[in-house]
Amino acid sequence: MEDKLTSTRHRLHLMVCAGTACVSNRSFEIKEALEREIKKQGLAEEVLVVTTGCNGFCERGPLLVVQPGNIFYQQLTLKDIPHLVEEHFLKGRPVEKLMYKPPEGKKPIPVLNEIDFFKKQVLIALRNRGLIDPEKIEDYIARDGYQALVKALTQMTPEEIIEEIKKSGLRGRGGAGFPTGLKWEFVRLASTSNGGLKFVVCNGDEGDPGAFMDRSILEADPHSVIEGMVIGAKAIGAQQGYVYIRNEYPLALKRLTLALQEAREYGLLGENILGTGFNFDIKVARGAGAFVCGEETALLASIEGRLGEPRPRPPYPAQRGLYGHPTCINNVETWANVPVIVSRGADWFSKIGTKTSKGTKVFSLVGKINNTGLVEVPMGITLREIIFEIGGGIPGGKEFKAVQTGGPSGGCIPKEKLDLPIDYESLTEAGSMMGSGGMVVMDEDTCMVDVAKYFLSFTQDESCGKCTPCREGTKAMLDILDRITKGEGTEEDLQLLEDLAVSIKETALCGLGKTAPNPVLTTLRYFRDEYLTHIRDKKCPAHVCRDLNVYTIDEKTCLEVGHGCDVCRRNCVSEAIIGEKNQPHRIVQEKCIKCGVCYDVCKFGAVKVE
Amino acid sequence: MPKLTIEELEKLRERAKKQTFLRETTDYRAKITVHMGTCGIAAGAREIMNAFLKEVQEKDVTDVLLTNSGCAGLCSREPMVTVEIKGQAPVKYVDLTPEKVKVIFEKHVLGGEIVQDYALGIGSEKTDY
Amino acid sequence: MEAKVSEILQRYEPEQSSIIAILQDIQEAYGYLPREILAQVAEELNIPLSRVLSLATFFRAFSLKPKGKHPIHVCMGTACHVRGAQLVLEKFERELGIKTGETSEDLSFSLDAVRCVGCCGLAPVVMAGEEVHGKVSQMKVPGIIKKYKK
Repeated sequence: MEDKLTSTRHRLHLMVCAGTACVSNRSFEIKEALEREIKKQGLAEEVLVVTTGCNGFCERGPLLVVQPGNIFYQQLTLKDIPHLVEEHFLKGRPVEKLMYKPPEGKKPIPVLNEIDFFKKQVLIALRNRGLIDPEKIEDYIARDGYQALVKALTQMTPEEIIEEIKKSGLRGRGGAGFPTGLKWEFVRLASTSNGGLKFVVCNGDEGDPGAFMDRSILEADPHSVIEGMVIGAKAIGAQQGYVYIRNEYPLALKRLTLALQEAREYGLLGENILGTGFNFDIKVARGAGAFVCGEETALLASIEGRLGEPRPRPPYPAQRGLYGHPTCINNVETWANVPVIVSRGADWFSKIGTKTSKGTKVFSLVGKINNTGLVEVPMGITLREIIFEIGGGIPGGKEFKAVQTGGPSGGCIPKEKLDLPIDYESLTEAGSMMGSGGMVVMDEDTCMVDVAKYFLSFTQDESCGKCTPCREGTKAMLDILDRITKGEGTEEDLQLLEDLAVSIKETALCGLGKTAPNPVLTTLRYFRDEYLTHIRDKKCPAHVCRDLNVYTIDEKTCLEVGHGCDVCRRNCVSEAIIGEKNQPHRIVQEKCIKCGVCYDVCKFGAVKVE
Repeated sequence: MPKLTIEELEKLRERAKKQTFLRETTDYRAKITVHMGTCGIAAGAREIMNAFLKEVQEKDVTDVLLTNSGCAGLCSREPMVTVEIKGQAPVKYVDLTPEKVKVIFEKHVLGGEIVQDYALGIGSEKTDY
Repeated sequence: MEAKVSEILQRYEPEQSSIIAILQDIQEAYGYLPREILAQVAEELNIPLSRVLSLATFFRAFSLKPKGKHPIHVCMGTACHVRGAQLVLEKFERELGIKTGETSEDLSFSLDAVRCVGCCGLAPVVMAGEEVHGKVSQMKVPGIIKKYKK
């Protein structure tokens, strides 16, 4: 049989991360340099270089994990490679200076799973992270890939599969958290008067800014999604599936397309799958850059080649979906969980997590945090554990202010709630939501009014314009926030914001509009003081709202400490700084555009902002 | 690539595992460490490493970890390896040749019987990484 | 009809569900959606031009105006926003002498703000063509432009 397996055994496998973040940090060049150097040292027969999907610790890229041994190398540059190959791979002496050092300046930690960032993670959706080449189906099969499919096709009835998923307690990982098994059952039982067709769809239109777990799964392990979808198709009785993938994710699109082709060639997709008589195939639909298409009815319209506008539900897609046929839509992470549940059983899965939320959740941990990256943690873990233990806390000794979860539909959770165990219900109670799993950390330098304005301008911009509450209501709210950040707000504005928020939530057509006010409501609930400072004192405490900022130069510091270094004047784009070398400098307020460059370039702290 | 039956998928899985097992196994029955200091390499340690690699491939074993480490400090007796069967004291073999490797692999690594003639000492320090 | 267009049309079934994929391929091939080609596509698929135009203006991936040879996309995702993406965007506007959404007169650069490109670990992020630049500050902007300017 022709496949990509050879009989050569290597003693070392070098797993080079080729997720989007590492690729933009030139990881393909690192890979080539490794291969070159290995050849030069005559190690080609002994050492294999493998490209994997996202490792998760994006902050530290480009990354390399050496197996066996799980030795973690980070922030590699091309000039490190010859030394690394000679020392570690030829002479067996791991190179300490390329290993991860914890922030407190302690000793380097050689082994991946002993690093805090990885320690508390539990991998289900990301089970093959760093262990397989996503462009090689044999690697997935070696990790028992498609074994769940064999079980589902040969040992289970559709009803049994649905029962297992129901029992597992798996809920949708895309945002709302609807029980997956129940959704499958609706689709299975839906009447199919017109032609008997049913569809399964994978929602890969990951639009929430600050979330990239779906991209990562599609890039790192596309077969886990394909396998989940085939199992789902058998359960609900579908012959055709679609993966709707975001336009902005070219690498994910490439790897998924390749994986579909491999699966088809091996007979794991298409007609008569594995000789069992079951037929199912998957097509790819590319998104075209509309956030609202993450909403399921808009997504389906877009697959049909229509405008991506949502329609009222019911009927839900489970009854009337793609081309009017019952359709089961789950997101990427949900589908990736399915094979594991089928293989290991609902009982195993439901032991992980909380009473109402089972299993794990993948979060993208970004913003003002030391260890940015992708983490998979059991439901019920606290925000504090994620942010301070896995994430390593806030950089530069700054104070934690809030964490934003759930994207534009979510909210900001303050310090007082750091010990909240995370699940669908607890986040909703706190005024936010699980959403797709974006977690943006904010510190004392983040202005909460600005954050609310940011999200609202996002939803306002992405509103498809079909229903009035969303189109006009968010615009009205945005105007108010704009006034407040310019120092022109009044205290009555806050009441008006709340009134508008409530009516939009009640009357908007789809999830985008219904949840759009959440960022405003949570910031008003937890950070009302900051709004009031903007209104009463015309000041932005975090110095983010630029119209309220005033930049000045402390002439004494400028002259005595900086000796009038002139760097600020040379960098000023609006020629607002006057002064000569060795003389104190001054900012002409009328000319200042408040870009903050002078503040950033002054090494002596002479530039002040108020 | 022809379409697979369930049996063929199973066979493919077994073959694929042999290629990838060392990415995840932390539990080895036996560990062979070839000492690769400058002195070791000069004395022919690379050849010894290749001989072991060939044995692993030919005997088709998946529970033996083959690794290398720096100089063991006994440069006059290179090339040198340490063989460690799980639960037993490590054994150092010295003055190796590819022929001796074959014997050590069969008798000690696979058979569990120490080859006294080539051994330097038993129960030295453990190896890391 | 241009050979490039008929080749693109041949990739898909001549039905409405193919329209977005066809527009994407045209956008990629030409850098924008030329009006006369949209008319040809509408005729080929037997759908009104008004409907093609409504799709072309609804989705962000499409542009009815030519884009620059080096399209600059400044990510305005949340992580980039809290790490100062707005200032980076404005710096590009000043350096290129164009506003967001515009193309420079010599068609060498166009500047757009995009929603999250999913590279949040490297925020603030700028995409120049397919190339991702991470941890961009105002200071780094001139260097990025220089790299693509002949």
